[in-house]
Amino acid sequence: MNTKHIDARRLLCPMPVIRTQDAVADMQPGEQLVITCTDPGALKDIPAWCRINGHRVVETRQEGDDIIITVEVGA
Amino acid sequence: MSTQRKAVALISGGLDSMLAARVIMDQGIHVEGINFFTGFCVEGHTHAIRKKDRAKPKRNNALWVAEQLGIKLHIIDVIEEYKDVLINPKHGYGQNMNPCLDCKCFMVHKAVEWIRAHDFDFIITGEVMGQRPMSQRRDTMPVVARESGADDLLLRPLCAKHLPPTLPEREGWVDREKLLDFHGRNRKPQMALARQLGIEDYAQPAGGCCFLTDRAYSDKLVDLWQARGEREYQLDDIMLLKVGRHIRPNPRFKLIIGREEGENRFLEGYRKQYVSLCPTSHKGPLVLLDGWPEEADLELAARITARYSQGRDAEQVTVAVRQGDGEERELTVAPMPPGEIPADWHV
Repeated sequence: MNTKHIDARRLLCPMPVIRTQDAVADMQPGEQLVITCTDPGALKDIPAWCRINGHRVVETRQEGDDIIITVEVGA
Repeated sequence: MSTQRKAVALISGGLDSMLAARVIMDQGIHVEGINFFTGFCVEGHTHAIRKKDRAKPKRNNALWVAEQLGIKLHIIDVIEEYKDVLINPKHGYGQNMNPCLDCKCFMVHKAVEWIRAHDFDFIITGEVMGQRPMSQRRDTMPVVARESGADDLLLRPLCAKHLPPTLPEREGWVDREKLLDFHGRNRKPQMALARQLGIEDYAQPAGGCCFLTDRAYSDKLVDLWQARGEREYQLDDIMLLKVGRHIRPNPRFKLIIGREEGENRFLEGYRKQYVSLCPTSHKGPLVLLDGWPEEADLELAARITARYSQGRDAEQVTVAVRQGDGEERELTVAPMPPGEIPADWHV
């Protein structure tokens, strides 16, 4: 399975969501996207964006100031 | 079998656009949301930066509204295109640097492009006649419809009865009788409609979802343009206007001084692009220098940096001065006494 990574560190809401949205637009169902960001707003916004657009948050974790969110692209 | 019509709703995250979308959804129209990011949208930016605010609950209201309505939301990055709206507003600015009428024309125009690209039928907004002094007046609402290119594809469900019927109404896609006649700044009708529709939680109208309506922010933007001698900006410029204490001792440069740990950490990310200063003998802020400082300016900047450090009362403070390429040296200076920083240096 393909996994894509994007670096959205230092970007403030809603840019991490926009980067996620743009990356997912070019991906296939079942593929995973790993977003690394620093704005804590992404902890709510990316899952909300996934829920309304039919994608799934697989994992959310924090490493220091980095927030790492893994999204599985929906059908 | 009749075709299900499709509308795109401009979703700001506030109550009005939420109600407008819901009123049209309730007429059986398929609605999706669109939200534009200009770079000046407030959306909790300072909360994201300042450490003391990081624990506060935060959400993107446009996303939240879309989720409550059960619709998709498309967030569009218009940072580059928006520059022309802000720099050359045909209809001028409001009280501060807010080009509200041009902004509305631009956003509705982008929505027109979007519905054409996605085969949607019309556009809805949460505008209420008389609610805003520039873009939501009886005489300017037709300007938005005309200059955006939307014409009669632009439906404002909350005040439609004050306006001529639009194409969706004339064609019977929506029932005009079920649209509304809200007018003016009184928000009680919106709140009553929210109750009637079972909407209990919504962002409180604060009149400020855009930094450009903020006087302090606008002053910093004007200062930036004056110092550079041109009305231009990059995303980093407008982000940095939201952060720190800004002090301009002369037209060549200004200091952006972190006010607390969160801001210092945010400014840290810009050290490769700017000359930066940081006290080494005492705890203190991270400071970025924006502009083209000369050698003598660096000592002045170090003295001001020392003033905002814990060594402000010391005879001398050592300050590291780092170039964007990483080259670093130290200056030992006397902190500038607070009374010697003229009030008009504070941007």
